[in-house]
Amino acid sequence: MPKKLKKTGLIFFPAFDWAISANHPEREERLLYTQDQVMEEGLLDFPNILEYKPGIATYEDINRCHICVPNPQNLTTNSHLISAGGAITAAQKVLTGEVDNAFALVRPPGHHSMLVAHGARGFCNINIEAVMIEYIRHKFGIRRIAVVDTDCHHGDGTQDIYWNDPDVLCISMHQDGRTLYPGTGFIDDFGGPNALGATINIPLPPRTSDEGFLFALDNAILPILDDFKPEIIINSAGQDNHYSDPITNMNFSAQGYALLNEKLAPHIAVLEGGYSIEKALPYVNVGIILAMAGLDYSQVREPDYDADRIRQSPEVTRLIENEVKNVMSLWNKRKNLKKQITGSATYIRREKNIYYDTDDITERQIETVRVCDDCGGLVMIESSADTGKKIYAVILPNTCCPECRKNGETFFGRINGSQYNHIYFQDRQKDVFIVK
Amino acid sequence: MILGIDVGGTHTDAVLVKNFQLLKKVKVLTNQANIMTSLLEATNLLVSDDNINHLKRIVLSTTISTNAIVQNKTNRVAMVLLSGPGLSPTTLNLDEDTYFAKGYVNHRGIPVDGLSKRQMAHISHEISEKQINQIGIVGKFSSRNPQQELDTAEMLQADSRNISLGHTLSGQLGFPRRIATTYLNAAIHDIYQGFVQDVQKFVAKIGANIPVYILKADGGTILLDQSLTCPVQTIHSGPAAGIMGVLATASIKEDAVALDIGGTTTDISVFADGVPLLEPSGVTINGRKTLIRGLYTKSIGVGGDSVVKIEKGDIIIGPQREGPAAALDGPFPTPTDAMIVEGIVDFGNPSKARDAIAGIAGLLNTDVQAAAHAIVEKMAAMIADNVREILTEINNKPVYTIHELLEGKIIQPKILCVAGGPAAVAPVIARNLGYPYSIPEHSEVANALGVALSRTTAEITILADTEKEELIISEEGCIQSIPRKFSLADTVEIAKNKLREKAILMGARPEDIIMEVTESQSFNMIRDFYTTGKNIRVKVQIKPGLISASTER
Repeated sequence: MPKKLKKTGLIFFPAFDWAISANHPEREERLLYTQDQVMEEGLLDFPNILEYKPGIATYEDINRCHICVPNPQNLTTNSHLISAGGAITAAQKVLTGEVDNAFALVRPPGHHSMLVAHGARGFCNINIEAVMIEYIRHKFGIRRIAVVDTDCHHGDGTQDIYWNDPDVLCISMHQDGRTLYPGTGFIDDFGGPNALGATINIPLPPRTSDEGFLFALDNAILPILDDFKPEIIINSAGQDNHYSDPITNMNFSAQGYALLNEKLAPHIAVLEGGYSIEKALPYVNVGIILAMAGLDYSQVREPDYDADRIRQSPEVTRLIENEVKNVMSLWNKRKNLKKQITGSATYIRREKNIYYDTDDITERQIETVRVCDDCGGLVMIESSADTGKKIYAVILPNTCCPECRKNGETFFGRINGSQYNHIYFQDRQKDVFIVK
Repeated sequence: MILGIDVGGTHTDAVLVKNFQLLKKVKVLTNQANIMTSLLEATNLLVSDDNINHLKRIVLSTTISTNAIVQNKTNRVAMVLLSGPGLSPTTLNLDEDTYFAKGYVNHRGIPVDGLSKRQMAHISHEISEKQINQIGIVGKFSSRNPQQELDTAEMLQADSRNISLGHTLSGQLGFPRRIATTYLNAAIHDIYQGFVQDVQKFVAKIGANIPVYILKADGGTILLDQSLTCPVQTIHSGPAAGIMGVLATASIKEDAVALDIGGTTTDISVFADGVPLLEPSGVTINGRKTLIRGLYTKSIGVGGDSVVKIEKGDIIIGPQREGPAAALDGPFPTPTDAMIVEGIVDFGNPSKARDAIAGIAGLLNTDVQAAAHAIVEKMAAMIADNVREILTEINNKPVYTIHELLEGKIIQPKILCVAGGPAAVAPVIARNLGYPYSIPEHSEVANALGVALSRTTAEITILADTEKEELIISEEGCIQSIPRKFSLADTVEIAKNKLREKAILMGARPEDIIMEVTESQSFNMIRDFYTTGKNIRVKVQIKPGLISASTER
């Protein structure tokens, strides 16, 4: 059946001269065979597929979404700035109307990087989607955005950055946290007190195959997107749900990934994880690019593909159906939960311990949010890491109400600096970032 | 002494060159029906019994391949594709006699699916039934392992058949382009073979026993008899001659832009540090995208004879040409007429030019002089805009390493070289672009000079996979064993040796073999957290340029 062709932008940056370390999964070779496959299939010769050079993100771009300790200069290398810059380029091409959608096929990934960043977690130093999202909001005035994270690992960094933001819907579909890093992302992680329902987690059991992913897409993700009505949809396109991935346990295929992208129809896709570099990535990426461009992907297939061998069990199907039912029931109740959760409190506090596996850092965080009916709410974070760094951050949300602004500015003015290495003020509404 | 002949669509130009000095030049009309007569006519005006013994080589450019393709004077070709899964065949631009056969290899050149002898016998039978003698065989990733293409050729071989193999024509990736390239190579085989025989007769007739070369699309030369198996490399020989002509007449050492302003179009080419740029993937001909290495050129629909008209108060130039300038009794006002009124060229009948421009002036509510000025400015601005656009595009070409992204070469032209009849507009374009211009000497026979003085070019692509303990040179159809500890340096050395051998075979003189490594990458292959080998990729080329001045020529 002929489909509607779309103009698709491709920002391909395999960083052939960068690795976390010589035999790390995040190494030079990662996108080598993807490049081979894209070139051999001649995808760049289609008139509706346009390749662009990535831009380079600035430290200012990073400071819009992160509190980097001590600063983004210390936390990033050129590779991170280019990978975030590639995501920004993808957004620019879409939002200026040069293309209908775009795929930033860049590395290193970013979805495990949280709001406060003391170092690298899960191969990520900065959250490239969040850097892009804040760029989009700042430069293009877009308010409602949905991120659908289809990486096999819980998108805990993106969730953390937008935990208190009612305008950014973060949906993460991933292998159950009881069986995989980072061990989080359960259904009841549902968003901060002023943003309930803007975080959605759909944990899936190990050995979920195409059928299960598409069931969750059709019965939870798409209906929720229909309700939320985002202006743009972003896919955090991890490719480690593939049946051949060496560090996960799922059974998704290239055909499944392509169909998911066709149905989800993201405006922007950004590559996240995926470490089956030879058996999965070349085919998954070709499938996704073709699906985004509205071209026929029906013949794309892994050389060792065998649908029967990877088919999910009836038990897995049952678990997923149940999970989706629970997600939807919580989603449908989201507007009535606030009173129940906040009671009469004016500030809500949560404590977190965060482990940075890539850099072996442990962080302890106390986050305080002002309960607010008019905006996402003022957020204050005290964070100390075993690097010896202790910081305090005041964060004003994107659409900040006068009361939250007044309180935030007052706190920032009064805070006693002597016990902290740095005090940060991030005003996402007015795009102001101050460190003292 | 070298005889260079550029067989163009309208004129055949020939030059005699000795030690880079132009001795004689001549221009005759091209007889499209019988190119041989044009070659003889031009040659007889330059070469005589007195000097023929000093002649060391003859170099030709030819439009024969390009014309055969554009005019559809081609052979019927059966294409046999080993495509495997991937892009749907419906998205490929396939000709009717296409057969899909079982078998394909993956990105590393590892066979995934084998050939079927029975199926191939069946295909062979059908091709015989259709009485097709030209066969093209193309496998997916065949440049990563040519074995299946070679095996298929063996199964389909027959005396009456001529077979073109995809991997021999380019080491680059791009299955659809490889199909187009192989198809075209097979399709022009007979007409090109006829041309080669004609040239051999011509050489015999003038009584010279010296090597004859043909100019390829990449501005390099190849011995005539060596070109028989790869005629498709000679497409775009004409535009290549034009670009090499710039090198031969203007000594370019820096970044530069060259314009060839003709009657209908202006061809733009770009030089980086004095070396003409190549098309990144391959040349496009008649809508077919190929893997043929060719010099980068962009043709825009603005020339000296372009029709000038006024639409909604704006001057529109081209893209059509409806005849010569009004000054030469053409039907419409043209930029050439405007240049005549401006007094920057002296040409044809000035009063006819003036009358034509007066019509434009009327529509613009201005006087003739102002209208002529505005037309020339407009033409210059259109060309300058295109030059800027091309440079932006080239400088924004995607790169895949951090080093290239941050330190990569940016082309910043220092000079504009302008050739062609309406070159008088050069100062106006140069002013618009902000860098100086030059109009090289002998520019009327620049193409023939470029043909005469171009060196032999060649390229070799190597993939060494130490896990497989195998090294593959696509263009040579060569597969050989290597030890597990084979290194990048070892690969580069093999590449250089092979390239030298290949270049000598193609007719290069040793002093002209100046090699450049254009790609050298080595990736550690890690499987299940252990290093299992290295994936090494090397490309070495002899870049386009002029022959060396070191020996008596």
